[in-house]
Amino acid sequence: MASKAKPKAEGKKARLAPEELYTIAESVYNQLKGGDIPKVDMPLRTKANMEFSKKSGVWQLGKMKGVRSAKKLLGARMLLRTIHLIEFIDEMSRGAKTSTLREMYYISEGWDKGKFDNQGESDLLVEDLEAITHRLREDFRLRPEEAGASVIGNLQIEETNRRGERKRIHCADDVGDSGYNIPSNVEKEKLKIVKWDADFVMAIESGGMFDRLAENGFDEEYRCILVHLKGQPARSTRRLIKRLNEEAKLPVVTFCDCDPWSFRIYGSVAYGAIKTAYISDYLATPSAECLGVIPSDIVRYDLPTDNLNEEDVKALNAMKTDPRFDTVFWRTEIDTMLSLGKKAEQQSLAKYGLEFVSNTYLPQKLTEMGIARR
Amino acid sequence: MVESIAEQMAEKRKAISVSEFFERNKQILGFDSPTKALLTCVKEAVDNSLDACEEARILPSIGVQIEQLDKDGGVYKVIVDDNGPGIVKKQIGSVFAKLLYGSRFHAIRQSRGQQGIGISSCVLYAQITTGRPTKVITKVAEKDTAVVMELMIDTRKNEPSVVKEDVLLWDRPSGTRVELQVKGRYVKAKASVYEYLKQCALVNPHARFTMVEPDGTRTVFERADETLPQVTREVKPHPYGTELGTILRMSKETKSYKITAFLQEAFSRVSARVAQDICEAAGLDPQMRVKDITVEVAQKLIEAFAKVKIMAPETDCLSPIGPVLIRKGLKNVLGAVRPEIYLPPLTRDPRVFGGNPFVVEIGMVYGGDLPKDQPIAILRFANRVPLLYEPGSCAMTKAIENVDWRRYGLEQRGGQGTPVGPLVIMVHIGSTKVPFTSEAKVAVAAVPEIQEEVELALKACARRLKSHLNKKAQREQSREKFTIVSEVLPQIAKMSAQVLEKPVPDISRSLTKIMNVIWIDDRVEWRVPPKPEPPKGKKKAETPVPAPVAATQTTLAGVPPGTPGWHQVAVDVFNYTARTRKMRLHLEVPPEAKIQFGEAEPESIENGRLTWALTIESVKKAEISLTLRGINREDYGENEVFVSEIDPGIVVGAEPLPGDWGVDKLIEESEGGPAREEEDAGGEDEVDVDEVTTVEEDE
Repeated sequence: MASKAKPKAEGKKARLAPEELYTIAESVYNQLKGGDIPKVDMPLRTKANMEFSKKSGVWQLGKMKGVRSAKKLLGARMLLRTIHLIEFIDEMSRGAKTSTLREMYYISEGWDKGKFDNQGESDLLVEDLEAITHRLREDFRLRPEEAGASVIGNLQIEETNRRGERKRIHCADDVGDSGYNIPSNVEKEKLKIVKWDADFVMAIESGGMFDRLAENGFDEEYRCILVHLKGQPARSTRRLIKRLNEEAKLPVVTFCDCDPWSFRIYGSVAYGAIKTAYISDYLATPSAECLGVIPSDIVRYDLPTDNLNEEDVKALNAMKTDPRFDTVFWRTEIDTMLSLGKKAEQQSLAKYGLEFVSNTYLPQKLTEMGIARR
Repeated sequence: MVESIAEQMAEKRKAISVSEFFERNKQILGFDSPTKALLTCVKEAVDNSLDACEEARILPSIGVQIEQLDKDGGVYKVIVDDNGPGIVKKQIGSVFAKLLYGSRFHAIRQSRGQQGIGISSCVLYAQITTGRPTKVITKVAEKDTAVVMELMIDTRKNEPSVVKEDVLLWDRPSGTRVELQVKGRYVKAKASVYEYLKQCALVNPHARFTMVEPDGTRTVFERADETLPQVTREVKPHPYGTELGTILRMSKETKSYKITAFLQEAFSRVSARVAQDICEAAGLDPQMRVKDITVEVAQKLIEAFAKVKIMAPETDCLSPIGPVLIRKGLKNVLGAVRPEIYLPPLTRDPRVFGGNPFVVEIGMVYGGDLPKDQPIAILRFANRVPLLYEPGSCAMTKAIENVDWRRYGLEQRGGQGTPVGPLVIMVHIGSTKVPFTSEAKVAVAAVPEIQEEVELALKACARRLKSHLNKKAQREQSREKFTIVSEVLPQIAKMSAQVLEKPVPDISRSLTKIMNVIWIDDRVEWRVPPKPEPPKGKKKAETPVPAPVAATQTTLAGVPPGTPGWHQVAVDVFNYTARTRKMRLHLEVPPEAKIQFGEAEPESIENGRLTWALTIESVKKAEISLTLRGINREDYGENEVFVSEIDPGIVVGAEPLPGDWGVDKLIEESEGGPAREEEDAGGEDEVDVDEVTTVEEDE
């Protein structure tokens, strides 16, 4: 995407950032020139504008549009920030640099009236630009802070590192106990999936469980690729899982705690998050299944539990009206949980010993789901 | 009214003792509760002092002291003393110890005492409740010593009974001191002695009051002004609204022989010609004799009065407080409580009710430290006497309740009733005969003429409040827009040009579309002439001293009173709309001010009302400046700027010209904010992204 510069015309700078950004700037410029109040149209990223596409199984942005206009002070400031941001990206492109979102936020301190009040605001503006231009922020040379997931398993990838060198890494042989750390950009130019020998991918919520399974050699025995989500998964994690699902044709299951927040983690892996609905097709893996821990497991395996608190109950009730969870499976499970009034951690499986999870629980569940070969 | 009761009493054969009468009519007379009784004693004495001082043209200094005489707080000594002209020895008994005596009842002119039953009733009350005589010390200027008397009332004869008499060397040239011992109750609440004195101070800024409470606390309400109220003249009754019974009584009392002479002599504003016209209209012979005036004749006269053109009553029998003193009084009394604005007080032109002229005055104070979520404070006065009781039945309260205060920025359920908000309203009705709801004279009767006049006055005053609040709100709204156009938009233009490597576009047309207002910015500053430079010493200054500029002082600190200065007024009119605009700008200044204009001369000047005709092109401004000399600094605070011949919806910073300017082209007051014009179409159905977006919980 970021190719070598080709000088366009005599004396004019090359336009190296995505063309769509210049289009926005042109639009604003021409409106001012024509004596109009400048404004920018954009899709509304609100809950009301979320559509669940049954066909692709992902959340997407609907058709509702909003506008940012210089008529109001806030709108005018946002427009100013947008132009500043475009200018900054343009500069970065010519210098072949990238910047984290946090760095960009600090750079905005020099934008006077265009300054952001907090990083949340600047992150949102970047997402707005993505939504308008149908591009990823990586195309804008912006990347997030968060670490991506760790991966352990029989998988070899080729990563182009910061010096432009290509390195081949095997996620079992070439890595330490913590596995291979996914970079923030897992696009094809940066990361190639070379070869693998596995039957499925298991995305795990807690580090403790990830280490447990690695120590137990679960990935080898059951021919699976372990991915540590590290809580609510970062974009890069979800993107990689999707690529493994599509390119390597590996089915995906999630293995998380048994509480409403963890169900949401499953939701964002499988259906896409509301916040990034405009790029759900990049990030979501609709065929992913939730292995556990589910409320009926609590009953079935008599697991140690905690009480649901008020917020948990609120979240569960909210899920009941969330079309993403409007299936027989989820409806039953949510009702079970509400009547139980309990939640449980995935590590509670250790009640039956350290081997239980890899010897009994997971094999049972995987067989029932038709994923494991045993 | 009390007279008629007395007349009734006389008609009955059975003699009723005065004290019995008193007992039966305690409520009428103001003694129905111990708290009220104490207040009545103070009120009567203070009213007398004020009236006497004013008549003698002395600036009143009145002291009130309440001493608790018994441990349980049921008996008090009420002491009121003044620096008035004093009372002649012969009169002392009649003034203090004879019921219903006094010159006030018969003279028709505005006075406080007309509203009181007299100090004698307090003496009687004291005597009934504690059995003690009342002590009076009084000195007139002509005598060297003061007279001391202890008196009681002989209730059978209604005559004074002097218990003790003496002389005293007193330290003042003249004055009177009354000491009553009464049963009562001292409270510091809404309707109380303290509150009464405070309101007296408000409405009598020329008087100085000192109050010492039973617990020893001493409060002084200093004099706010040295102007004594106008001397009121006695006048004869006006024909309009004079009642049948009154005409008959007057005809019996007159010395005139013929009816025309009677009409001229007994009534005000009736000349020989007018008397003739009245007789003609009544179908009466002008030669008719007075003693032939019957009930039918009197009735015909009343009807004739209404038909004949008679001049409005004279008003020098009235003594309104006046806007300047109302403002001073309010300021004095509010003390440390700082409001946002003292609205210019209003003294209306006199009107007539029932043959008696009356004048309504309003003062309003708004905002600042005043409590926002409580009902407004209403201060009622009749003839400079505070009315503390029965607010619900008073015409002044009713008039306030009838106004829809929501138009003026206050909360009011359903547009009726007492509004809620940070506002103090002071209403004063001055009249030769204030109609009260009852003998107790604590509330003004809701007579239509009076209530209507009060309502009109309230609205006129509240309009000023509205324009002040509007100005504030509009400025706030427009401040945002100002920031957009002056700071943000130019940046957007610059940055987009930079990214695209194109020349910076001209944003003035976009600017006018965003603002789309006529923005009026007005300022007033107090300037004083620069101080003369002190002679320079031999030392060289390290930095060059800038040339002396006219000092601008906007705080009062350090400015000695009487410093000569002037008001510098500037009005800038910016046309932030897309088209050239023609309009008229009006400014109201005190008529007595000496005005010096800057470059832009007004089209017309009339009695303090200045008008400019302006034509301003798009994105241009008109500047008006002038100086006002000869007005005190605190008498001119905010500019009253109005516009006409332009849609008030697009004007920020000035109200449309009010109706009473007598200008032909009037535009109705607009209720909403700046109107949308054609260029701005399409803005309505667009959804503003930043107003609807909420951060989702997922990540």
